[in-house]
Amino acid sequence: MFSPSLSGASYSSTVPSAVMRPVAEFGNEPVWLLLAKVLAIFGFLVLMTLVTIVAERKIVAWMQVRPGPNRVGPWGVLQSLADGLKLAFKEDIMPTLADKGVYFIAPALSCIPALVAFAVIPLGPQVSVFGHLTPLQLTDTPIAVLFMLASSSLGVYGIVLGGWASGSTYPLLGGLRSAAQMISYEISMGLSVVGVFLAAGTFSTSEIVAAQHDMWYFVLLAPSFLIYAISAVGETNRAPFDLPEAESELVGGFHTEYSSLKFALFFLAEYVNMVTVSALAVTLFFGGWQAPFGIVAAWAGANTGWWPVLWFVGKVFTCLFVFIWLRATLPRLRYDQFMRFGWKLLVPVSLGWILALSATRVFSAQYDIGSRWPQVALGATIVAAMLLGLAIRTRRTAVSRTQALVSHPDADYPVPPLDLRVPDPPRAEALAGPLAGAAQLQRRE
Amino acid sequence: MSVVAELTNTVLAAAFKSSGNTGAMSTGEKVGFWCLAPVALGGAMGMVLARNAVHSALFLVSTMFSLGVFYVLQSGPFIGMVQIIVYTGAIMILFLFVLMLIGRDSEDSLIETLRGQRIAAVVLGIGLAGLVGSGLSRALGVVHARGLNAAAGQSDGHVPELAELLFTRYVFAFELTSALLIIAAVGAMVLGHSDSQSDVASQPEQSRARFRRGNYPAPVPGPGVYALADSVATPALLPDGSTTPASVVDTVERRRLDPNISDTKS
Repeated sequence: MFSPSLSGASYSSTVPSAVMRPVAEFGNEPVWLLLAKVLAIFGFLVLMTLVTIVAERKIVAWMQVRPGPNRVGPWGVLQSLADGLKLAFKEDIMPTLADKGVYFIAPALSCIPALVAFAVIPLGPQVSVFGHLTPLQLTDTPIAVLFMLASSSLGVYGIVLGGWASGSTYPLLGGLRSAAQMISYEISMGLSVVGVFLAAGTFSTSEIVAAQHDMWYFVLLAPSFLIYAISAVGETNRAPFDLPEAESELVGGFHTEYSSLKFALFFLAEYVNMVTVSALAVTLFFGGWQAPFGIVAAWAGANTGWWPVLWFVGKVFTCLFVFIWLRATLPRLRYDQFMRFGWKLLVPVSLGWILALSATRVFSAQYDIGSRWPQVALGATIVAAMLLGLAIRTRRTAVSRTQALVSHPDADYPVPPLDLRVPDPPRAEALAGPLAGAAQLQRRE
Repeated sequence: MSVVAELTNTVLAAAFKSSGNTGAMSTGEKVGFWCLAPVALGGAMGMVLARNAVHSALFLVSTMFSLGVFYVLQSGPFIGMVQIIVYTGAIMILFLFVLMLIGRDSEDSLIETLRGQRIAAVVLGIGLAGLVGSGLSRALGVVHARGLNAAAGQSDGHVPELAELLFTRYVFAFELTSALLIIAAVGAMVLGHSDSQSDVASQPEQSRARFRRGNYPAPVPGPGVYALADSVATPALLPDGSTTPASVVDTVERRRLDPNISDTKS
């Protein structure tokens, strides 16, 4: 039974900072500064989208040993700008069977939450802008991470409604897939950030960054990070989880019928979501804007002024590279495999990890263990166990498949046995000399 | 309209007095309220009045979302975000999922499928209205609310306080509610599950059946095509000169392979 002392005062004394304390430095900027921040974030996200699209095409091309876009601008860097302009001038088509109103608002519904979610991401510490000391973050609330989860859950509507309102089959299937996918992966995503809340004792992004000053949480919470990374790919509809738009099955999925600026908005939303999810990963697990440890040791001023923006953007680009790398490497999952993976692996593992984490925290509080290394070891063990299990499973299925073929040569299926020996052609038997020798050599192999 | 405005002002003022804030509403809260109150109300009306089920669900989404923002404005950011994540994000998406599965053009039908549904709905609706009305009248009258800050007490804030109450004093009610929900979900699955899915043979089963002894696995040969007869009723010739009955569909009257008999009836 829960004793009051456990859930109340004595336990919360181990929590680093007060849970619902209002976040102090925010909300007292002048209006022009607030507007400037809004504009800067919008510009940052649009610029990141343009850069990411070109980078993705270049990197995928590099991995596939081909040049990639190289016509517009030096080294092809202006390609996505040109594509954006082209999209704006294309004809906007409204399908006859479309549900007009819903079809119209769906792209906006997918784009707005994606942009809004970035408001609570801290890009740097306090800096001076024209004499005003202000944090490099639009705003922060005591529930900032929940705010981001809420916006990502609203972003689904754009895709689902776009698919439904198009009035044709492929988009509808894409929308249905998207709905099921988002619900499933939102759960594991929500569970993965619980570990961060437990460790930092707050939902506020700037305080979570501050709490990581001595140890980044991907070390402390390795299973949480792994689950977050997987479900983030599922949540942004990126390969290998891009089932809502699977082009080999559903033409273009939910956006098959969209064209012109409406399509551009969906495109923008996808890339902004990628950036936002990467930024959240950086904030929750990679120390936010704080410089990597080696740099801090060599240069004490690395975490002051505008330098942190550099570390932050660098970390975000690293995450984006992994997104692109995944797309270039992995084939798309089948839908039932994807669902089974989410519900039967990610969710139970998340729940078990949260339980283990809470147990270690209570244990540490009980016996006054200050060190966090037991927790790190526990997380590493769980990750290692997961990887080992995966490796064994993969090996076992491969072996059992081969064995099935070898041990049942006359199975129900009309396949030739693997140890098939081709009978000697009668004419080769009759011939003497080098040909017969070659045939024997072949048989021995 | 003015009556509604007066009523809402009274309610909000009462709520404010009880939460320890003695002054009037802040400008931000006022703006937020007057922008979103019509959305919430219009969404609720639209949900009932819309003919298309998906539109109806969307109106409900806008109402849920507005309620979430109201909670945030009333300094309950946690419950507001949970409202948006759980109701707008998960439950309404599930609703939409089901509606989309049913079909795009499924309009509201006025045929009763459950007997006595309308009467039960009216009775329960009156009951709910009574409950809400009495609650509202009590809130405006005799209740002395302690306010958020007083309720939070010595603790760090509302979230730990809520968590402590949920897992200590109300743990039984909490578990009972979750058990009820699980029973409802399992019951719906059991009732909705039909055996028709399991009757269909899977691909491996079909393949095995096809190659079972006594079954001819390849497609049956087509009917014979000759210079004078290319009817489907003409059996094909095998290499040894005999005809194969498998090449002619059972329902067709079989024809002798005789070049002298013409195919067309002249």
